[in-house]
Amino acid sequence: MQILTDLILKIPGADGMSDLVMHIICAAIMATLMFIVMALCALIFTWMERKVAGFLQSRYGPMRTGRWHGWAQAIADMLKILAKEDIIPRDADRGLYVFAPILVMLGSLLAWAAIPWAPGFVAADLDLGLMYIFAVSSMAVVGILMAGWASNNKWALYGAARGAAQMISYEVPLALATIPVVMYTGSLNTQDIVIAQQGGMLNWFIFRDPFLFVAFFMYFIAGIAETNRGPFDMPETESELVAGYHTEYTGMRFAFFFLAEYANLFLIALIAVMIFLGGWWAPIPFLDFLPPALTFIIKGVMMVFLNMWVRWTLPRVRVDQLMHLCWKVMIPVTLICVIGSGIWMMVSGQAG
Amino acid sequence: MTGDLVFVLLALLTIVPAVWVVFSPNIVHAGFALLFTLFGVAGLYAYMGADYIAVTQLMVYVGGVLVLVLFTVMMTRVPQGKRANYGLDRFVPAGVLSLAVFGLLYKTITSVDWGAGHTESVPTVAEIGTNFMTNYIFPFEYISLVLLVAMIGAAILIRESKNTQDEPENGDSEVQS
Repeated sequence: MQILTDLILKIPGADGMSDLVMHIICAAIMATLMFIVMALCALIFTWMERKVAGFLQSRYGPMRTGRWHGWAQAIADMLKILAKEDIIPRDADRGLYVFAPILVMLGSLLAWAAIPWAPGFVAADLDLGLMYIFAVSSMAVVGILMAGWASNNKWALYGAARGAAQMISYEVPLALATIPVVMYTGSLNTQDIVIAQQGGMLNWFIFRDPFLFVAFFMYFIAGIAETNRGPFDMPETESELVAGYHTEYTGMRFAFFFLAEYANLFLIALIAVMIFLGGWWAPIPFLDFLPPALTFIIKGVMMVFLNMWVRWTLPRVRVDQLMHLCWKVMIPVTLICVIGSGIWMMVSGQAG
Repeated sequence: MTGDLVFVLLALLTIVPAVWVVFSPNIVHAGFALLFTLFGVAGLYAYMGADYIAVTQLMVYVGGVLVLVLFTVMMTRVPQGKRANYGLDRFVPAGVLSLAVFGLLYKTITSVDWGAGHTESVPTVAEIGTNFMTNYIFPFEYISLVLLVAMIGAAILIRESKNTQDEPENGDSEVQS
């Protein structure tokens, strides 16, 4: 934020502005920037998802649009989706139907504010950064329920109920897995967490102790479930529920759900990088010349690739298996990770 | 001045949906309107410099309680858009009760010295954590115990309803499963 403030002050006539105006301008610029990044990542990831899926299934994926490996496919898809008719079902609950995609999107856009892209470059430098991210992303659950209910369609409602149950359940191991990191850092501030991992790969939290190593994988699995992606895409199972909670949505409103899904995917990957994989720090000193934000994004994209790899490799689980995995396996394991990390900190003398 | 404006906006965000919750004929709409009220209350906490409570408010109420409320409301099957007709037998006890609660709240609110109101945000998490582990360890552990008992109770309730699946139940078990 400081960088941005300095930049604005260089504009002639900007000195006379009050702090509040300055604050609002900064916030508006950051929000716009985050939205652009979000839209861009949805665009790139749709193409990437298809190529990765093709690669994992021994086929090419899109090849024609734009000549080189179908790079323009995502743009073509976007134009198509924008040109589609906006249908609101006759029996839908109109107000809620219109508002639901906005709420889902708001949940992920708000969470993006606390992501530390580079030293000093974070839209909202909050003391409660990590907790704030988890708190605002829980708003998406309400949005999904709203979409499912307002569609007035049994498949949509089933999908919404499953989605809400799944997201509430997996929020618990997701948050629990990050607690050892918070214990090591002694802060919930996203920047502090990254700064605590300075100095090469071995200082990344994933390699600090064996419990954190396990916690990282717990986080990764819970993250996949939290973003409703395969093998945990129960809310959208196309063979059972048509398309889940966004069955009735078309055009721009569907695009909002789509955007939110990919934004969440990247968000979960970026948080994983931020808390376990060293944030903007390069893995080896040799790579220090890269700008921090680029290192951060490259790591994030690698995590997204891992996520897609899992999605296109494993078959879908059943609903009861999903809940069993969450409540009877992952929550106890993450709790053990929390206790184990605490003991490790005391034994190795790292406790503050 | 600007602080007052923020306060008024946040208060409106809290009160307008709250009125909607009470007067909406559609119970599901009422449930969803609660989202804005809870959001507004979180905003008020943040405005008063209680950042931890604001975030916890979002996490617990929006992420947990509200979703539970919505699930429950969606399973009650009230005909959509139909205004329920209640007689005097409902209005009188409800009115007396709400007036009593209002009186109590009014007396409490006016008798407490509320201090400065809007304060600058200072980091509070570390302090809260330290206090939980030192001065307030007993209440903290006690509340944890209460929550644990409630959780075990809920688990047992679900189990019992599973064993007697053939008999129709009152529908409470559906909500929890």
